[in-house]
Amino acid sequence: MATEDLPSEFDVVILGTGLAESVVAAAFSRVGQRVLHLDRRSYYAGHWASFTFNALLTWIQQHHEEPQPEEVQDWSSLLEEGEELIPLSNSDSIRNLQVFCFTSEEDEEEESPNTTEEERGGADEDAVRETSETESADSKDEETNQKTEEREEQAPQTKGEEPEADQPTPSAAQSQSEPTKKKISYTQLLKEGRRFNIDLVSKLLFSRGSLVDLLIKSNVSRYAEFKNVTRILTYRHGQVEQVPCSRADVFASRQLSVVEKRKLMRFLTSCVEETEEQRAYHGRPYLEFLCDQQLGDNLQHFLIHSIAMVTEDTPTEDGLAATRHFLRCMGRYGNTPFLFPVYGLGEIPQCFCRMCAVFGGIYCLRHSVSCLLVDKETNRCKGVIDSRGHRISCSHFVVEEGFVGTDRKRLATPTRYLSRAVLITDNSILPGNSDQQVSMVTVPPIAAGGPTVKMVELCPSTMTCMPGTYLVHLTCQSVGSAFDDLSPVVTRMFRTPQSHDQVTGPSVLWCLYFNMADGSGLEVEGHDLPSNVFLCSGPDGALGHEHAVRQAESIFLKILPEEDFCPPAPNPEDIIYDGETTSSTTGEEEKEEGERGEEEKEKEVLEEKQSLQAEE
Amino acid sequence: MHGRVKVKSTAQQEEEKRKEREKKLKVYLAARDACFSKRKEGIWDEGALQVTQQLLSSNPDFGTLWNYRRETLMHLETVRDEDEVQKIYEAELSFLESCLKVNPKSYGSWHHRGWVSNRLPRPDWARELGLCDRCLSLDDRNFHCWDYRRVVVKMSGVPVDQELAFTDRLIGSNFSNYSSWHYRSTLLPLLHPESPEEPAPPPRRASSSPPPSPQSRSHRVCEEQLLKEYELVQNAFFTDPNDQSAWFYYRWLLGRAEREEIISCMFVSREEERVSVAFSRAVNVSSAGLLLVLDGQPQRVEWRSVHPRFKHSPVWICDLAPGTISDVTNEHNLTVHWMEKHTHRDCALYTGRTESWCRDSATDQELFRSDLSVEKTSVLQSELQSCNQLRELEPLNKWCLLTIILLMRALDPLGYEKETLAHFQTLEEVDSMRSAYYGDLCSKFMIENTILKMEYAEVRVFSISDKSLTTLCHLDQLLLVTHINLSSNQLHRLPPQFAMLQCLEVLEANNNSIENLEGVYHLPKLEEVLLKNNKISTLADLEPLASCPKLKRLDLRGNPVTQVANVEAELTALLPSVVDLLL
Repeated sequence: MATEDLPSEFDVVILGTGLAESVVAAAFSRVGQRVLHLDRRSYYAGHWASFTFNALLTWIQQHHEEPQPEEVQDWSSLLEEGEELIPLSNSDSIRNLQVFCFTSEEDEEEESPNTTEEERGGADEDAVRETSETESADSKDEETNQKTEEREEQAPQTKGEEPEADQPTPSAAQSQSEPTKKKISYTQLLKEGRRFNIDLVSKLLFSRGSLVDLLIKSNVSRYAEFKNVTRILTYRHGQVEQVPCSRADVFASRQLSVVEKRKLMRFLTSCVEETEEQRAYHGRPYLEFLCDQQLGDNLQHFLIHSIAMVTEDTPTEDGLAATRHFLRCMGRYGNTPFLFPVYGLGEIPQCFCRMCAVFGGIYCLRHSVSCLLVDKETNRCKGVIDSRGHRISCSHFVVEEGFVGTDRKRLATPTRYLSRAVLITDNSILPGNSDQQVSMVTVPPIAAGGPTVKMVELCPSTMTCMPGTYLVHLTCQSVGSAFDDLSPVVTRMFRTPQSHDQVTGPSVLWCLYFNMADGSGLEVEGHDLPSNVFLCSGPDGALGHEHAVRQAESIFLKILPEEDFCPPAPNPEDIIYDGETTSSTTGEEEKEEGERGEEEKEKEVLEEKQSLQAEE
Repeated sequence: MHGRVKVKSTAQQEEEKRKEREKKLKVYLAARDACFSKRKEGIWDEGALQVTQQLLSSNPDFGTLWNYRRETLMHLETVRDEDEVQKIYEAELSFLESCLKVNPKSYGSWHHRGWVSNRLPRPDWARELGLCDRCLSLDDRNFHCWDYRRVVVKMSGVPVDQELAFTDRLIGSNFSNYSSWHYRSTLLPLLHPESPEEPAPPPRRASSSPPPSPQSRSHRVCEEQLLKEYELVQNAFFTDPNDQSAWFYYRWLLGRAEREEIISCMFVSREEERVSVAFSRAVNVSSAGLLLVLDGQPQRVEWRSVHPRFKHSPVWICDLAPGTISDVTNEHNLTVHWMEKHTHRDCALYTGRTESWCRDSATDQELFRSDLSVEKTSVLQSELQSCNQLRELEPLNKWCLLTIILLMRALDPLGYEKETLAHFQTLEEVDSMRSAYYGDLCSKFMIENTILKMEYAEVRVFSISDKSLTTLCHLDQLLLVTHINLSSNQLHRLPPQFAMLQCLEVLEANNNSIENLEGVYHLPKLEEVLLKNNKISTLADLEPLASCPKLKRLDLRGNPVTQVANVEAELTALLPSVVDLLL
């Protein structure tokens, strides 16, 4: 919407289109509040966004550029009597970006059958040469790494311009073993870039988690499509194994003995109810409890790392609660407890934005708030001045924490970070009967004290990567930089130039490492801000979406304690619009009217979105 | 700006729904009447198809309409060329698909689909299989779909191994599925028949050899495959020991042996001039074709079962013409032919002998092990081991206990007797709803064991006192028994089968709860009946005893009947042969 047309008065102004902000926006709009929803960025969902490959490269580039010092404009002329300004800042929490490309820049030459011999010979030679290079690189490990990184940072988008140096050994080895399979080149990735939807955060929806409940309750679910995570995997003894968690899995498992099968099933069915025996272990480690159940190493590993997804010293009550949650979520939509949105997680905030727009919320991207107008006397925010110098009054202001300067935020602990890695690979980490598996992989610390890594492998049918590739997301609480935390796992489980020769996993074509602030420690209020200003934190490190949904609900209930949070949107056929006469029309005609009404609205919203995107 | 949205009140919605329903009903009834009148007039055209389609899509269980539709289609077949017919039938199939979406368990829709598939000039079986798979993935117990699928498989000749892989898939997604396990039991004997020396290779096409009926073909599966099946089914019952379907399949796997059909025993008595014959199963003599040959001469005899209640019985008797074998100085050779089964049994009655018999004993036949197959002992032993392993984990699982009992019986019924009794005790405790069933089953096994012991001892005395028997069975095996002791059990009656004890002289059944003596019927040699402390309450209950001509001694102490007025006189009148009556 053009800025000039913006009304100057709203009930709620929301800055930032992350998940919590979007849910808040939908909730307010749904109960009839006038909502203005802004984002400085040119895309929706902030740190929750999903990007095409090309858009991700742009995003990477933006984060490499020196943030241009924003012109600090003086809006004090707009101040009225008794008001003061609180300027908003713009700190971005993305750090330590590193990009590596392990595939060739151009398409490899077509291997026609008659030239195969020759070509292969050539490849062998290359391999030998490159191996020696890699070895020398190993010897002066640090230096080379340093160099690579520098190069990355200078020009990540031109990464593949030195194919000689980047052509990895494993590619040659692979083309030898599977001469028919051609490795996808960087050019192809760029060409097919629109098929990717690469999430900045990696999460899943617990089938009975608060986000799924909210999606159903609010009817927002109709805007999205989901796929079941099809299997749970774990990394153990250097191998990827499937974790049997449903009855059918346990039955079909080849790794478990029949006795283990019985023990596992018995444990899973018995732990649903809390028993005296379990209470006796309160405060003691879950591992101890499991040991005393005489389950054996296999089952203990599955239960701690893949089912409860806790650490060995987690207290028993927490471990059991996590196990129960996992089990409650099983079987609702399939054989695992998780759902993943088709087209990526970035869809979810957008779905809530759409709901907000359908109920009259107004959206502007690339449009920010420069400062808050605060009534000195009451210490309440009366309104905002937007980035174009318009004064917009509002009763409440909700903002993504990144827009608020650190001096005004109360953080309980020093900012924690998440380490993230995104890989594009050429095969599944555990090829099975079907090549369209969505896998949740738990990787326990590979060295003592190391982080526990959660990995999600997405197949092309989730519409997040191009056919022939898999998209792998790794997430952990950071100890060091994302590269330090995650590259040991990547080189062990996947083939990269740094991997040992024995590694048989899929080859990494391209990968990205970065750190992002962990939003889990932030409260929605209690900061050095007016009492009607609320903060939404960025993504947290947990697998589910509980944190963001809880935050959104608590903001909503603080402002409108009497109202229902996201009540179901009426079905189109039940909607009547003011001014329509209900007595003279038959039900059928009404239905058509209703549908048309909403469709029109939605169309408008869509057009609005498109026009915004066209502006870019 | 758009108007504010309001949601309709429920009362308004209700009213609208009601109107909607009325409207629908009117349309439906009008269409139905139109249909019926069209049919009466013999109109078989596209219009008929249309109007029935309209009705059936809202109510697919309207059989008359399906019939009308079939009539119309058959008529159209005669007036259209093949391509058009194909098109019409294809439209029919897609219409049926929409009906099945509305009600996936409609008899009418599935039956009609089978009919259409049969008449389709160029059927697309792959599509039909796909439809079945889709339906079964939604509800793997939809037996309509299973039925239709069998038809499709038969018509299209899906290879047996593919079908087995199909059951693998279904069982893999949810093993709690009787249909899939059962389907396996019909496929395995085709794909992996027991005798590899059989000249014909395993049939590849189901169409060429439909699943054989139990009589026509062995249900046995070769040992190698059997071991794989044991493993599969063990995975199922270790995963969920409370799921019955896997246990039932396991029982099928273990109990595949079929008993040979023979005349198991023939008994000749000189005094009564009577022949008694026992078969390996209950038969009806009139249809079995029984022929008695005495010294080379076929005899015209009247066969009768031991009790008028039985049309089918394992024991049949006949009386020879008076004087044929009564002379003790003569030797006779008797043969009974069972014409239907082309089998016979000979018996020689030597000079000086008053009776003679010829039989296969229960031990010879391994009779009581045949509930399970005569499998290699080592295999059964290892199955028993894994079941015991499961029992350690799930000591109270009834399916596991029951299977252990059966395996023990197959292995060594006498050796495991003590453990078997202990397991039965646990079973009655953990599954008290079925304690009577377990009691009867335990009685059966105890009787079998007693028969075995009696045969090893080579005596004609059957003694099974104080074993908590609740029922009597295998009485056909006791044809030669002269003394039976059933004292101190929990029997309520001596059933009609008891009349099979044709040689019985002494019946001891003190301390039971017997109130009915129906089976003590025409026992020619019975002399002594001891029924102390039972529940015989009326004189009428004692009437069967009057049919036993040699009864001399009767003990009725401790029975309610002794309180009946004038009982002694009445009994003397009823049983004149009794000289020693204890009341």
